[in-house]
Amino acid sequence: MSDPLLLIGGFLGASVRIATPLLLAATGETVTERSGVINLGLEGMMLAGALAATLGASAVGPWTGLALAVLAGMVLAAVFAAIAIVARADQIIAGTAMTLAAVGLTGTIYREAYGTGGAGLSLPTLAPVAIPGLSRVPLLGPALFVQPVPTYLALLAIPAAWWFFFRTRAGLMLRATGEGAAEARAAGVRTQTVRALATLVGGAFAGLGGATLVLAQVGTFAEGMTAGRGYVAIAIVVLGRWHPLGVAVAALLFGAATALQFVFQAIGLAVPYQLFLMLPYLLTLLALGGAVGRVRAPADLGKG
Amino acid sequence: MLFGVLLLAAGLQLAGYDAVAALGALWRGAFGSWYAFSSATLVRAIPLIIIGLGITLAFRGGALNIGAEGQFYAGAIAATWVGLHVAGRPAAVALPAVLAAAVLAGAAWVVVPVWLQLRYGVLEVISTLLLNFVAGSLVSLMVQGPLQESQHIYPQSDPIAVAARLPVVPGTRLHAGLVLALVAAAGLWYVFARTLWGFRLRAVGAGPRAAAISGQIDARRMTAVALLGSGALAGLAGGIEVSGVSYALFQNLSPGYGFTGIAVALLARLQPLGVVATGLLFGALEAGAGAMQREAGVPAVAVYVVEAVVIVVVLLADSASRQRMARAVV
Repeated sequence: MSDPLLLIGGFLGASVRIATPLLLAATGETVTERSGVINLGLEGMMLAGALAATLGASAVGPWTGLALAVLAGMVLAAVFAAIAIVARADQIIAGTAMTLAAVGLTGTIYREAYGTGGAGLSLPTLAPVAIPGLSRVPLLGPALFVQPVPTYLALLAIPAAWWFFFRTRAGLMLRATGEGAAEARAAGVRTQTVRALATLVGGAFAGLGGATLVLAQVGTFAEGMTAGRGYVAIAIVVLGRWHPLGVAVAALLFGAATALQFVFQAIGLAVPYQLFLMLPYLLTLLALGGAVGRVRAPADLGKG
Repeated sequence: MLFGVLLLAAGLQLAGYDAVAALGALWRGAFGSWYAFSSATLVRAIPLIIIGLGITLAFRGGALNIGAEGQFYAGAIAATWVGLHVAGRPAAVALPAVLAAAVLAGAAWVVVPVWLQLRYGVLEVISTLLLNFVAGSLVSLMVQGPLQESQHIYPQSDPIAVAARLPVVPGTRLHAGLVLALVAAAGLWYVFARTLWGFRLRAVGAGPRAAAISGQIDARRMTAVALLGSGALAGLAGGIEVSGVSYALFQNLSPGYGFTGIAVALLARLQPLGVVATGLLFGALEAGAGAMQREAGVPAVAVYVVEAVVIVVVLLADSASRQRMARAVV
């Protein structure tokens, strides 16, 4: 580990790898929040995605796992939408309940399917795919362009979300709904439908994020394995100022803050590892203080 | 509630368990004997009631504190630290010191979210939540570092001094924390129902803009105080858990009390005396879940689904009645 280039390259690669599930979930949540809905069930939807990916991958293969994860995220999102949008119940509390339910359901189903022995489950995973040409770029090449497919999906989702928000009529309707549902309704937008769809999109992305965690990183499932990543994704949306590019930067920064521990381990710095576990959360908190003051959330965020 | 239990029964039957046997085990684990009731149900209800009261205070003041789990751990760390350093002192000094440290630590854990909220308008939902993860890592750091037991083998602290432990009812595990929980509930009820401050706080929670416009109330300050009080109560729960149950600090000291406390408070419709009842209910549910896992092989986490269903049912009922009221006014 004496080669600094190797170290930096490894650090960048780890940053992107760690950021991928967060980036996916946060991009989806950006769509949801821009429509005026805050989905605290995101954590539960990632967890459901992780378990669905595990079940699908062990039964058929990683691609089936990925598809099932998207489906699982959307099913939970549909339940959330029914409670928080159709019945107009409090979004924060409904989201918390969704996460609680997902923790219980995934734990029960996992023990049901694989027993309580805790024997490490080894799944077929998604191997990194090198993009010809681009992967040869020094330093950045291996970090950005030798990654598993979900990372490319996450990277593609950034410009796609930008284009959708700011260059399509549907995106305009979505933003109008989030900024002032009453006015949007008066202008003929079916705001309830818009919000329900935006929530479903968010659920799909969260499921995909959870699947990435299992299929492209850990290779196995553990109860509660998302460990708060869904909540972190929500913080990242705020940090990224509800803008796809800002969200991407925020997610990568969080990934980098988490990946720092590998660098310090490699250098052999004697600092308790728990400090590095705290660091990303503390940095997020700090950054929220710096970022939020100058930016406004969608005006109707969280209102029924 | 009944709906939740019926759902659990249906789910168990579908999953191939003997639902009657499982629910029987749940009942016996919670109420089957004096020992089960006092040492499982009540012992689990104590932290749930105290945290539930804290959540009630915060939510009533319009602050969504989702960080009770972290505040609980902050209190538990402080209580352990003090509890290890009061050996040789009389209980009359040691116990109050331990509990006061827990209260202060719990409140201190909310200071940053309060400050971020007041100064920069950062949503307290997110900031209190993020600090849960920091608290989890801090406990891990403590039990492998400064607070690790003297052999330096296990990731847990030494047992706290005997003088720092809450008295226990002989023959059971039930400790004096129950009295503290009931006193806290009565106190909060009094504040809400009988004091001007409580009235103003409820006004802030019901409509911060109207309260601010009235000119009589500094809504932001009320919310901040409610958040601090809510952290103090969650910290107290952590201190009581160390001082009355575990006598030591370790990871996973709380089986998610901070989150279940939210359900406890909501199910009680944010009424302090109601929290005592719902805390008992969820304490019984979690105590029974342990028995269900031991006797019928049903994973205890299944109970979380019941809790979630309870929250959703209450939420939908509230939402429906609010809309009926809105229509009646129009």
